[in-house]
Amino acid sequence: MTNHEPDSRPLLLGGPALGLRLIVLVILSIGLMVADQRRHHLAMIRDWFSAAAYPFQWAVQAPLTAWDTARESLATRSRIDADNIRLASDNLVLRLKLMRFESLAQENQRLRAARESSARVVQRSLVAEIVRVDLDPFRQRVLVNKGSRDGVFRGQAVLDANGIFGQVTRVGPVSAEVILISDPEHAIPVQVNRTGGRTIALGTGRSGQLSLPYLPQNADVVAGDLLVSSGLGGVFPPGYPVGQVTTVERDPSQPLLTVTAEPLAGLDSDPEVLLVWFDNTVVEPESAPEPAASGAPAPADATGGD
Amino acid sequence: MARRSTLGWPRIIAMTIVALTATVAPLPGWLEILRPDFVALTVLWLCLMSPRLTGLFHAWGAGLALDAFRGVLFGQHALALVVIAYVASKLRLQIRAFPPLQQTAVVLALLWLNEFLLFWIDGVSGHPITDWRRWLAVPAGAACWPLISGFYARIAPRR
Repeated sequence: MTNHEPDSRPLLLGGPALGLRLIVLVILSIGLMVADQRRHHLAMIRDWFSAAAYPFQWAVQAPLTAWDTARESLATRSRIDADNIRLASDNLVLRLKLMRFESLAQENQRLRAARESSARVVQRSLVAEIVRVDLDPFRQRVLVNKGSRDGVFRGQAVLDANGIFGQVTRVGPVSAEVILISDPEHAIPVQVNRTGGRTIALGTGRSGQLSLPYLPQNADVVAGDLLVSSGLGGVFPPGYPVGQVTTVERDPSQPLLTVTAEPLAGLDSDPEVLLVWFDNTVVEPESAPEPAASGAPAPADATGGD
Repeated sequence: MARRSTLGWPRIIAMTIVALTATVAPLPGWLEILRPDFVALTVLWLCLMSPRLTGLFHAWGAGLALDAFRGVLFGQHALALVVIAYVASKLRLQIRAFPPLQQTAVVLALLWLNEFLLFWIDGVSGHPITDWRRWLAVPAGAACWPLISGFYARIAPRR
């Protein structure tokens, strides 16, 4: 390739031109960072940039996806048969559970209506694929292939088949960034399922570990306890599994316990996740109309958790 | 070593895009931590070996693209890259006269400056990453310099 463009390359690069450019660009960068830090000011430009970046991000993972597809199509028949049998039996078990669930859900709804408390259950979900790019080795964030065009919004809860996965932090037109519950900047309000005690689970930066630093010495928590989301804060639907307590260290000289838990969701192995919509307004079932049930009209779009 | 060479914009943009994708391409565990900052290396190479007055603008644009790719604070990589591009452009005649080992040492210092600026901005904006392993990418990047520099010199037209 030859190019004879009029090159502005000077013999002596430097001097005032270079310094001036530096100053202008540094000021511009700082301006951008401040505007971005205070959010919303840059939403448009950011969306535009992330939309432009997405095809490349997608292209990065394309060879891997192609390799997986090729491997899949070459899978032996016996393995597919085995998978099929396993899935069929899984399906049977799940359907059995579902039968019981339907009646339990109705009973739960009736009871909650009687107590005028809200039943926040997942109403709609959308399967999103995780785009396999490494955004940052020290932050636990992933990119998914659904965006505002599919109705995804900032602060939306993300689940997988085993539990809570994370929440949406940034939405582009066709992609969204999800912060995992194990990110050091993420905190999720949880409840010890056995006792109902509430606390907060913080991410540690390692995908297999959460920490619960706010439990007092006398808290009733033991290794193996299941942690479920408490639904406080309005970001996550309540009652979904978050993790399992792995270690509880009682050091009498410290005011608080050192508790760690393991997330139940497959944070670094999931190929797909579920984006969920749930209603956190008061449920008014047909059987027990409660005209006075306007006690807690929680805003449906309440986001928090920053 | 390198003769003065000029790269046209198409090639510069292609190099930048390849560097950007290499920055987010999935890698297993430890390799991910050791991944050199390819965009910074590319910017440095362009400022040293293919200098032009628009070098800083290129560094800034590449930085913004990197911010968008990695979903971090907008302007963060842009600022760091502009600063190291400025230093590299300013000292380019000395640096180019250095023997390879010394040149690598300068690149190490510049990459460290880049990482330090990012670290500092992370801290100021309230998203600190204090994991010591984040600094491992700096020597890894410097170790890649002779390879990357050789590779780019090969694809650049000589005059």
